[in-house]
Amino acid sequence: MWPPRSSRRTRAAAALIAASLVFATGAQAEGPVPYRIAGDGIPESLTGAPGDATRGRALVLARTTTCILCHSGPFPETRFQGDLAPDLTGAGNRWSVSQLRLRLVDASHFNPETIMPSYYRADGLVRVGRNFAGKPILSATEIEDIVAFLATLRD
Amino acid sequence: MSFWRAIALAALCAAAPALLAGEIPPEARRSGYSFMGPDTRAMQDDDTSNPGMLFVLDGEALWTKKAGSADKACADCHGDARSSMKGVAARYPAFDKSLGHPVTLDQRINLCRADHQQATPLPYESRDLLALSAFVAHQSRGFAITAGDDPQLKPFVAQGRDLFMRREGQLNLACTNCHDDNFDKRLAGAPITQAQPTGYPLYRLEWQTLGSLERRLRSCMTGVRAQAYDYGSPELVTLELYLMSRARGLPMETPAVRP
Ligand code: HEC
Ligand code: HEC
Ligand code: HEC
Repeated sequence: MWPPRSSRRTRAAAALIAASLVFATGAQAEGPVPYRIAGDGIPESLTGAPGDATRGRALVLARTTTCILCHSGPFPETRFQGDLAPDLTGAGNRWSVSQLRLRLVDASHFNPETIMPSYYRADGLVRVGRNFAGKPILSATEIEDIVAFLATLRD
Repeated sequence: MSFWRAIALAALCAAAPALLAGEIPPEARRSGYSFMGPDTRAMQDDDTSNPGMLFVLDGEALWTKKAGSADKACADCHGDARSSMKGVAARYPAFDKSLGHPVTLDQRINLCRADHQQATPLPYESRDLLALSAFVAHQSRGFAITAGDDPQLKPFVAQGRDLFMRREGQLNLACTNCHDDNFDKRLAGAPITQAQPTGYPLYRLEWQTLGSLERRLRSCMTGVRAQAYDYGSPELVTLELYLMSRARGLPMETPAVRP
């Protein structure tokens, strides 16, 4: 249960993603790309393109993405959901796409004491494990996919 | 300056720490046992079904086995553990005068191996060290925890508390965020407890074996994607000491069973 372990399937997927990144981008830097905060949101996509909500849903459910350690949501296929944070049902009603993007990038913008990790930040952290140092938790593409999915959570 | 020396210097100006906001008041402290289901409780309660008792029996055999170039057994100096080791584990980690800093029960056992048996230290998490430590700590089962009462330990307890409160790792979470602020809630469906170290070494069903408190702390650190401290490092020892002092008054359960 804790710490979350990657299943064989997610490890295989990670290897696949890693391989395709090397293939597609060669020498791309791993750190976050710059973004612009306007008001309480980030209006522009981090990748310049809209995300894929289907991939976003799968990411939110993946243990290695960590969302459902704390959150629950409309995910009837799994009982491994947390209750440290609000249910994600209806998140698309409560928040704009721009706000959701900033929430994922840096949740401490909304609540400096929050326990929700900043998913697109790689500095100002203490004793980060060797395998994770210098990298944000999620890539820009993954953030956009998850934002696209959260925006569909409307009731 | 070494970690231990820095703490010793800080001691000169350290005052007794009061309860911080968010810390659990003494009367609300609960062992991980109270968070478990009836099956796991029953397994711990019955010595014939508690898998940790096999390690205790191994430890009992090692207690009387001669070792090292001194060719001495623990029993040659300490006699019957049932009386000589009674209540000892409930006050560990304890201050070691010659070293000038606290040592854990595992470290104390290895000091005896080195100094008194002239034998090589047992590796952390090895079956023999876990067995000896389980056997010694079992002699404290039911004893109230008093670790940290020694005034010389104050600055080390404070240091452990700082580490407990500090956010770390890629997920940027502190121990206190889960174990003070969110116990009784569920992390991906699994109950979060208060992290009371009452039963170590203990049998975790998930590990399928006995494990030390340090193993548990390292796995929580890995969980938040932090670089875990090394076994026996001053940081893990002070964290362990803080946890034990935070559990003051709770009864020892060694060998406990956890899911
Ligand atoms: C360690 C716990 C934790 C993790 C992991 C976490 N969150 Fe949160 N999240 C919170 C908490 C607590 C809040 C409530 C507001 C606050 O304190 O910041 C929150 C708030 C939110 C909100 C706004 C809540 C609302 O009103 O609907 C959204 C959306 C959200 N999180 C999405 C996510 C997504 C997506 C992930 C994974 C990429 C994630 N969270 C991971 C703890 C967490
Ligand atoms: C040659 C004698 C000798 C042998 C053999 C020996 N010890 Fe000790 N032990 C001592 C002495 C003396 C102390 C007091 C601290 C010191 O001076 O090292 C001690 C202290 C301890 C303590 C701490 C007691 C307390 O009240 O804090 C523990 C636990 C312990 N020994 C366990 C063991 C175990 C387990 C073994 C066998 C692996 C062992 N000892 C072998 C002499 C011995
Ligand atoms: C994201 C939440 C989280 C964080 C942060 C965390 N832990 Fe844990 N911890 C858990 C979970 C889940 C368990 C397993 C269930 C339980 O015993 O709480 C656990 C278990 C424990 C236990 C075992 C309790 C027992 O009954 O045997 C101890 C001790 C502990 N943690 C200490 C720590 C320390 C020290 C830190 C900081 C270095 C820490 N934890 C950080 C979630 C966390």
